[in-house]
Amino acid sequence: MKETIGFPRALLYYYYYPAWRSFFESLGQTCQVSGKTTKAVIDSGIRVTVDEACLPVKAFHGHVLSLSGACDRVFVPRLVSVEKKAYICPKLMGLPDMVRHNCKGIRQIIDPCIDMSRNSRAYIKELYATGRLFTRNPLKISVARRKAKQAYEVFVRLLQAGLTPIDAMAKQDFHLLQYFRDSGTSCNTLSRHDEDVRSPIIGVLGHPYILYDSFLGMNVLDRLHLMGAKVVTMDMLQPAVVEQAAAKSQKRVFWTIGRRLLGAGYYFLMPGTVDGCLQMSAFACGPDSFIGELLQQESARSKQKVPFMTIIVDEHTGEAGVLTRLEAFMDIVERSMLR
Amino acid sequence: MKLTFARLGNFHIAAKALFEALGIDVVLPPPPTKRTMSLGSLNSPEFACLPLKMNIGNYLEALEKGADTIVMVGGIGPCRLGLYGEVQRQILEGIGCDFKMIVVEPPQGRPDRVFRQLFEITGAQRISQYVGALRLGWSKLTAIDSLEKLALRLRPFEESKGDISFAYEATLKRIDEAGSPKEVASALENGQAAMKSACKKTDSDKPGIGIVGEVFMVLEPFANCEIEKRLGEMGVVVHRSIYLSDWVMEHVVKDVFRILRKSKLPYELARPYLCHFVGGHGVETIASTVDYARQGLDGVIQVAPFTCMPEIIAQDLLPTVSRDLGIPVMTLVLDEHSSGTGVLTRLEAFVDLVRMSRRSRR
Repeated sequence: MKETIGFPRALLYYYYYPAWRSFFESLGQTCQVSGKTTKAVIDSGIRVTVDEACLPVKAFHGHVLSLSGACDRVFVPRLVSVEKKAYICPKLMGLPDMVRHNCKGIRQIIDPCIDMSRNSRAYIKELYATGRLFTRNPLKISVARRKAKQAYEVFVRLLQAGLTPIDAMAKQDFHLLQYFRDSGTSCNTLSRHDEDVRSPIIGVLGHPYILYDSFLGMNVLDRLHLMGAKVVTMDMLQPAVVEQAAAKSQKRVFWTIGRRLLGAGYYFLMPGTVDGCLQMSAFACGPDSFIGELLQQESARSKQKVPFMTIIVDEHTGEAGVLTRLEAFMDIVERSMLR
Repeated sequence: MKLTFARLGNFHIAAKALFEALGIDVVLPPPPTKRTMSLGSLNSPEFACLPLKMNIGNYLEALEKGADTIVMVGGIGPCRLGLYGEVQRQILEGIGCDFKMIVVEPPQGRPDRVFRQLFEITGAQRISQYVGALRLGWSKLTAIDSLEKLALRLRPFEESKGDISFAYEATLKRIDEAGSPKEVASALENGQAAMKSACKKTDSDKPGIGIVGEVFMVLEPFANCEIEKRLGEMGVVVHRSIYLSDWVMEHVVKDVFRILRKSKLPYELARPYLCHFVGGHGVETIASTVDYARQGLDGVIQVAPFTCMPEIIAQDLLPTVSRDLGIPVMTLVLDEHSSGTGVLTRLEAFVDLVRMSRRSRR
């Protein structure tokens, strides 16, 4: 029995799709990803959600709706926690419930509950329960799980080699080893060259579903490239570096991505790492409101200031406005590099 | 040491009694005003939830009055409350305030941690003094709760508008002044008698509306634009889902002593709609709405601060609950810009709707 499983191209698709795909494909299923985010996708999401929900959640609903009819089941995981004593975001914990009640046309939802906050192996049971939908053979599921793990590890290495998740997903299919041999696995984007004129390095912070979604994130990464900047996102940093920087906070931040944001932000705000730090956030994002404040306080305390800007997007954001702000930011970055 | 803490409804009465019985100077933040709100929102992140902004306002006003130590609760997430202490400390330090902040982290089944943190505040004292202080604090807390319950039940029946609120305020003051559990009990009894005598016949049928939502917004009248009082004066019996003593029992006492199991009931009630913990009071909001519908109440109002993550999930699911169980539900999302008049208009419209649906059901 071969089924088509739909994956909404939103939220943590950008971190975990390679793993999910190889899990389901090695169980013999077909994976179908929804199209890129467009105005129409967001509009259909807005129509079914409450106003107060954040833009990424609205976009997620739009993607789910765009999958209806195109697949047999939609994959909407309940991602509670991916590490001990930390959560992702409350909204992701209630996501399958919200989708089920808001998107009436959706036939079936696969919603494994991934909660590793107490037990880091708790997800395995859920994986087997999910695999049971397609096969009775536990060996097959165990093989699928191992393949998913391998795919994920390769993906993470590609990220740390300086690729964005989009590029990494495209790269993953071919010449993997060749790629590693060519570029080396270490993160060398941050090494400074002694040239007189060098392109500014911009550290970009933000939840993956905003940064890498070219519509929600207003193409900020590409725009920075076009303006001649080198872009380093928080996912390209070594986890140990991020953890170490995040430990500067007296209280441990209990959101996984929030802690990464804070750690990467503290790292970027240290003089000598990057030339400018840009934070992308969604309107009314709960975790970002606090992380942003902590970063601003840090920026206010530091003596040698790194230019730091926050761009907040919502469904009304226009590209022209973002462009103007980016240009102004780059001017400031260039001026501060002359000092 | 001059201790202060953020205000939450009438909680300060009990907390002040507890600390003062242990011989600590307490400087209470003045009752919240417009100034509290603007001081708070001026110095807080824009998208922080309203409780954080009001807390900052409270602290600033208390520090002006001479407080030098702030006590705040911590947390383990996923609700933002757990990070309040850290963010607030950095905000106040950023402004240049001089203070010490003590963040009491949840013990998670380790009573010794709580006691160690308590010693840090109180210094070593005799056990009998702790027991006495806890008894006094607890007696005030439960007295306030039963007074509030009675006020909510009797307000729609009051003879002339404002009688119940007057008796309520006077009794609160007497409870605040009481120095022993015995005095608290007698103050409560007098207050209850005064309230009952302010009402005419209390047997006529009035519509009942339940209030659910985020704990701070439900308990703090200034933040929710006094919806309980307004509804009561419109002739509605208000049922509130959260009381302070229940909250302390559920989240403090049962967290210290893990032998007492937390109630599973909310999760069972909410299961058809929301089957996982989402932080804060998200599950409880859904569960109380289901419970009120089963009790046969005529409507439910959800109050939540703007950008509250757990309540957004609940808000998203409440229309389904409302349709399934046939109970009108309204959500009030409030922030520092909310005005009493705007809220009043919406309440009037909702009460009209509730009355109409009551009539059509009969």
